[in-house]
Amino acid sequence: MSNLWGDSLSGFWSVWIIVITLGTIVFCWWLLFANRQTDKQPNEYGEVETTGHSADGIDEYDNPLPRWWFMLFIGTIVFAIGYLLLYPGLGNYKGLFGWTQENQWEEEIAYAQEQYAPIFARYQQIPIPELAQDTEAMHVAERIYLNNCAVCHGSNAQGGYGFPNNTDDDWLYGGTPEAITTSIAEGRNGLMPAWQQLGDENLRNVAHYVLSLSDTEHDAERASQGEAIFTSACVACHGQDAKGIHAIGAPNLTDDVWLYRQPGQPVLESVLETLRNGRNGHMPAQAAYIGEDKVHLVAAYIYSLSN
Amino acid sequence: MSTTFEHPTYNYKVVRQFAIMTVVWGIIGMALGVFIAAQLVWPELNFGLPWTSFGRLRPLHTNAVIFAFGGSALMATSLYVVQRTCQTRLFSDGLAAFTFWGWQAVIVLAVITLPMGYTTSKEYAELEWPIDILITLVWVAYAIVFLGTIKQRKTPHIYVANWFYAAFILTVAVLHIVNSAEVPVGPMKSYSAYAGAIDAMAQWWYGHNAVGFLLTAGFLGMMYYFVPKQAERPIYSYRLSIVHFWALITTYMWAGSHHLHYTALPDWAQSLGMIMSIILLAPSWGGMINGMMTLSGAWHKLRTDPTLRFLVVALSFYGMSTFEGPMMAVKTVNALSHYTDWTIGHVHAGALGWVAMITIGSMYHLIPRLFGGQAMYSEKLIAVHFWLATIGTVLYITAMWVNGIMQGLMWRAVNADGTLMYTFVEALEASHPGYIVRWLGGCFFTAGMLLMAFNVYKTVKRSEHEQAPVAQTA
Repeated sequence: MSNLWGDSLSGFWSVWIIVITLGTIVFCWWLLFANRQTDKQPNEYGEVETTGHSADGIDEYDNPLPRWWFMLFIGTIVFAIGYLLLYPGLGNYKGLFGWTQENQWEEEIAYAQEQYAPIFARYQQIPIPELAQDTEAMHVAERIYLNNCAVCHGSNAQGGYGFPNNTDDDWLYGGTPEAITTSIAEGRNGLMPAWQQLGDENLRNVAHYVLSLSDTEHDAERASQGEAIFTSACVACHGQDAKGIHAIGAPNLTDDVWLYRQPGQPVLESVLETLRNGRNGHMPAQAAYIGEDKVHLVAAYIYSLSN
Repeated sequence: MSTTFEHPTYNYKVVRQFAIMTVVWGIIGMALGVFIAAQLVWPELNFGLPWTSFGRLRPLHTNAVIFAFGGSALMATSLYVVQRTCQTRLFSDGLAAFTFWGWQAVIVLAVITLPMGYTTSKEYAELEWPIDILITLVWVAYAIVFLGTIKQRKTPHIYVANWFYAAFILTVAVLHIVNSAEVPVGPMKSYSAYAGAIDAMAQWWYGHNAVGFLLTAGFLGMMYYFVPKQAERPIYSYRLSIVHFWALITTYMWAGSHHLHYTALPDWAQSLGMIMSIILLAPSWGGMINGMMTLSGAWHKLRTDPTLRFLVVALSFYGMSTFEGPMMAVKTVNALSHYTDWTIGHVHAGALGWVAMITIGSMYHLIPRLFGGQAMYSEKLIAVHFWLATIGTVLYITAMWVNGIMQGLMWRAVNADGTLMYTFVEALEASHPGYIVRWLGGCFFTAGMLLMAFNVYKTVKRSEHEQAPVAQTA
């Protein structure tokens, strides 16, 4: 059974499929020819007699099969047989064309490579800051961005809840051409651990301290109580100055950018939620999907958005 | 319902029950369709609630129109036709009553569980395992009533309508049992017995044959009785009915894999689905020809008989969508049409144009006769209904053709540099006007059903009134 859906069928299943397929086609053929003639001849008015059956007052004529319909039926059968000769269908028989959907896909990809690869190869020679100035290149890059990145980062590239804004100057992993290229090509995994074990009162104090860092509205007393906890628990990732560390994607807490703030949610609530439950950010690696050349181009596009 | 209209020989009670519920479920199912069509135009109509979201109401719409409306119509007409053409009462009144109440219970359970989010996630087979078991029991009862009636027929031949009904009943039983094979893991949760590509193949073998045997063969059974009856003409060709019946049920079985072109399904299985779909064209058209040609010599009746108009236009839409189907099964065409609104348009050309129209026409013939009369309360209302239904269908399918072809072209359009010319959202925005037209089409069609309900209500009332003295003397 495992062979039935693999690349090739076992001998029995191949024969079985051939037999029932051809059997079905032969049956249709026989059915047509066996019923081609009718023994009822039209009378002088062009009408034939009924079969003599009557069901609840419904009689049945025994008219012959309409000729055009008969020919249509034969035509579709001939087409089907021709198709089965040329294309895979009859069990393990591969067809005269040797066509497979994988082949077709590979041919189309090869054609696309041949047509378009030189365009992107040329762009790859240009350093990102320079490429970002190239209007035509940025048009191409924008289309790639819209079809691959916009699903998370938005058509306007301004991100959303949990998805970073690509147009501002705030970088989780750094805004250098190299850092942007790495983010796109290899993806990123951001992890903020959960701190529930500190207790809700402490977390609330830390949250107010975090708000104080960016001068967001906060309770100064709570903030001062939270500072000690922040210094012992948070600075390892977010840094002594709380400005974040690009190497591990720890965000800057001193600006007014909040990655995980849901629309309408008070900042305090979103920070508390982050502290209690932690966060897990995932940027999928794109190199395998769009290729290094296009990664380079998209990196230049993102670079251009914030520079 | 009063017993005033009891036929001396036949069991009309169950037919009346199913006929009335056909109209009721038709309105509910189509109104749901109008609502979810409106959600696609104005997403706010999802109300931000899980129970009213498109994802949960869409399966309720499909179940309501296919199994509640279509199912009730098929059960009403099959149980009527089998008695009339076999000249004998139903095999068992008790099982017939169980079929009616059981089927209604299945539908009510669907109305409750689907919005609650219980689903197997198999299209057109979403209902969870306890309901699947109930469906099986009801269907077996239905099969026993129908086939038992044929067995004890008083006529030498089995009329062609009954072949189609029998094929539909037997095949749907097999389809349901095989595709719904599942492992229960809780009171309302199960996992399919199949995995991966085999699960997909089982699903579309089921899905396409649900179209083939429920929505095609079953309704051809309806056509074979009500068209010659309403036209008062003999069937055009007995021989044609034999050939197209056997060819149709033989080749339909193979066609399901055309739903899985260019997927993980092996090439050979895709090819067989495609060629069998093409061979299916002529057998499908056999039914249309037999219906249309039955009208030769009676074409003038179309001018005066709106019921007959419903039946003939249904056959035209049937012919159109059974041509469209094989074309869409061709891999090259499918590469454009797959996953677009074209598919939705194709389904509705069949569902509105064929299934609903042939049902409506048949009901306008059947309902007065079930309630002791010869004609509906108002012929004028039937004529208005005909135009509402026709305009609604045409608006719907043209909107979806335009949208579908446009989406297919937009998705594949590339720039000189090989990048995609349009984003998905742009194709969606471009589809918005089509969604409005589709919603309008649905409104037209559903409005017609409301007229029908009024006409049926008046017909039943009038009959009860006229029959009252008879009841007193009896």
